[in-house]
Amino acid sequence: MPDNFANGTEIEVTNLNLWYGENHALHDISINIPKNSVTAFIGPSGCGKSTFLRCLNRMNDLITSCRTEGNVGINGQAIYTKDVDVVDLRKRVGMVFQKPNPFPMSIYDNVAYGPRIHGAKKNAIDGIVEDALKAGALWGEVSDRLNSPALDLSGGQQQRLCIARTLAVKPEVILFDEPCSALDPISTSKIEDLILELKKNYTIVIVTHNMQQAARISDYTAFFLLGDLIEFGKTEQIFESPKEKATEDYITGRFG
Amino acid sequence: MSGKNIREKGIQSLLFLSGTVAVVALFLLCIFLFREGILLFEDYPVSSFLTNTKWFPTASPPIFGLLPLLLGSLIVTAGAIMFSVPLGIAAAIYISELANPRISSILKPVTEILAGIPSVVFGFFGLVILAPVVQRTLEIPTGQTALTGSIMLGIMALPTIISISEDAISSVPRSIKEGSLALGSTKWQTIYRVTVPAALSGISAAVMLGIGRAIGETMTVMMVTGNSAVIPGFPSGLFAPVRTMTATIALEMGEVPQGSDHFHALFAVGSVLFITTFIINILANYVKRRYRFNL
Amino acid sequence: MFSNAKLNEKIAFALLKVATGLVVAFVLVILYYIIYNGYSAINLEFITDMPRNRMTEGGIYPAIMGTTYLIIGSMAVALPLGILSAIYLTEYAQPGRTTWAIEMAINNLAGTPSVVFGLFGLAMFVKYLGFGPSIISASLTLALLILPVIIRASQEALLTVPKEYREASLALGVTKWETIRRVVLPAAIPGMVTGAILSIGRVAGETAPILLTGAAYFLPRLPDSVYSQFMALPYHLYVLATSGTNIAQTRPIQYGTALILLTIVLCVNLVAVSVRSHYRSKMRR
Repeated sequence: MPDNFANGTEIEVTNLNLWYGENHALHDISINIPKNSVTAFIGPSGCGKSTFLRCLNRMNDLITSCRTEGNVGINGQAIYTKDVDVVDLRKRVGMVFQKPNPFPMSIYDNVAYGPRIHGAKKNAIDGIVEDALKAGALWGEVSDRLNSPALDLSGGQQQRLCIARTLAVKPEVILFDEPCSALDPISTSKIEDLILELKKNYTIVIVTHNMQQAARISDYTAFFLLGDLIEFGKTEQIFESPKEKATEDYITGRFG
Repeated sequence: MSGKNIREKGIQSLLFLSGTVAVVALFLLCIFLFREGILLFEDYPVSSFLTNTKWFPTASPPIFGLLPLLLGSLIVTAGAIMFSVPLGIAAAIYISELANPRISSILKPVTEILAGIPSVVFGFFGLVILAPVVQRTLEIPTGQTALTGSIMLGIMALPTIISISEDAISSVPRSIKEGSLALGSTKWQTIYRVTVPAALSGISAAVMLGIGRAIGETMTVMMVTGNSAVIPGFPSGLFAPVRTMTATIALEMGEVPQGSDHFHALFAVGSVLFITTFIINILANYVKRRYRFNL
Repeated sequence: MFSNAKLNEKIAFALLKVATGLVVAFVLVILYYIIYNGYSAINLEFITDMPRNRMTEGGIYPAIMGTTYLIIGSMAVALPLGILSAIYLTEYAQPGRTTWAIEMAINNLAGTPSVVFGLFGLAMFVKYLGFGPSIISASLTLALLILPVIIRASQEALLTVPKEYREASLALGVTKWETIRRVVLPAAIPGMVTGAILSIGRVAGETAPILLTGAAYFLPRLPDSVYSQFMALPYHLYVLATSGTNIAQTRPIQYGTALILLTIVLCVNLVAVSVRSHYRSKMRR
């Protein structure tokens, strides 16, 4: 398993187990995720890749029956200890969801939401919103109608708005949970380009059910199956010379 | 056409006729209510009905001024809404967003009990228990005041406000709440900046229907507000007896000869009441439908 | 800034809790007073005896019977009409102006004050149709009042029947009405029963409409036909509490009457809720 990354390590997970009630959903996951690169989680549905992703910003805390054991460190700081403020953690680890979920407010207010909550100064917000929308590759399309409702945007635009909304909080890590599964091919390719652009400044982790997408945009790939991490390595290696039989079967389309 | 088809058609027509029963009922209700009400204006000018500040139906000549009754209804309703809206919305938020599922499954039927208690029992409670408390606490001559009515009506409007707001709040898509939490906002910030604004249309409908419920309530106000037909001051009027439109109808209808001016005047008051609640209902349903979520 | 947000959250949640607690307290206080003061007045004679000595002694038998007549009368009219109307709306109606008008009418009837129904009943049944102040006038008035409740509950019950049932039956060449009668209705019955039971509670508790359409202050004997006036529990309580012959002395009788009324209504609601939850958990399986 690789752990000497060119840009250093961002996330360290050791022996993570997770249960939903009685159901043991993640078994003893250990993985290191590199800084300023794109890491993809792939695997058939139900393999635990999304569940695992949601462990990284503790979104699973919202499910009452959910219980975790093990350690997750972000930039050297453990996030499952008692003294960690979940709210603060989520500020550092942003998340973009499967379906675009803009708030039912204007485009501007969507992006300004995070900074306002975190106490940004009033006169700074205009600038933050503009920067975030530019970084989210949406500015050109919406700069003349910032006050129109976000729900009027197309699906692809909504998703880029959600990315911009996340960027406005200035996180260190951005988690993408199948961000393109609800989008058409053109919108998808725009988001992929955007992700490649974002990795210069952020650590990106993306869950995808689309292997071509993983091959196109990721530097590292992890393959999950039935709650186990089967294999993790450089993307070329995973796709071209997988070490595990199960990985090869999945890559070559024998199941999933 | 085969016999089977004729039968199907026949049944369909029968069902259609029953389907329209609500429309027919509403139509008849309007006709009979307005017809009796309008008869007042053969003998009594509309302008006096609408602007006269006195309701002396048994004086000679009688005076049928709507204003004291209308304002009586309004002050009692306003008082009720002022405390039941914040309370109801707070309880709805607690039930749908904070309480664990087992507790909310107890809280919901408990609030439904309030909806089930007959208004005359509320009135009885208000008269026997609450009115003396109000009188002693405020040291006023009688406990049968607009305030007493407001408190009882507020309690009675709570289940309407709670259940409809709770519906609206819990129908806000989970994905939006998660989106907010993922940006590092606290649960409370998510509730008041995202969830509640997103549910605002449903909550406003709840408030309006609560107002409708309060303004149309009869027995409770009749038993606890003292029923004196004077134009209430504000806020001093809260601490004095008032008489609402509903109480006037229920109190006086028993003693008037059918077909008299007084009889028709009560129908005219009923028509005003009906039109008021009709408008409130239409608005509430419009608002509710307007911003439905389709995410 | 951050601890501030946390503090705000703590305060807000505490306030929400207090508000909810207040609501629960209202329920408990009202129930407590009525039950605590009422139960000692209740015994078998209280339920089975006529009022005596200008209603200062004796029981409330005629009021209980009157309320029973009203329940039977109004349900006999509203239940079939409401269910048929709901069947039309869920199974046959196409979206359009007619359906919109029906939906709007139902919503408005549901929000119309009960005293307005009373006025309507007075004008139409008592006066225009010449039924006089009577059981039939009051029952018909109450029937209209509960119609929206029954329609809504039945509609909801019909909507929970899965589309697959209908399709399976239609695919066997069964006509639409036969499908509804043999497949859809049996599956929807429990939900409809819930609506019906809830409206029984409503009929038992309503006062203003019957006040205007035939409830009597006092009757020495039970009504002998549907055209007779009648006594009823809620009106009896109102009379005793506000214009009885000796208001202070008859407090126990008032509390007893309130408790009987409350018990009927709450039991009815309890039954409805348990039928509903039983049925819902069965549907989930």
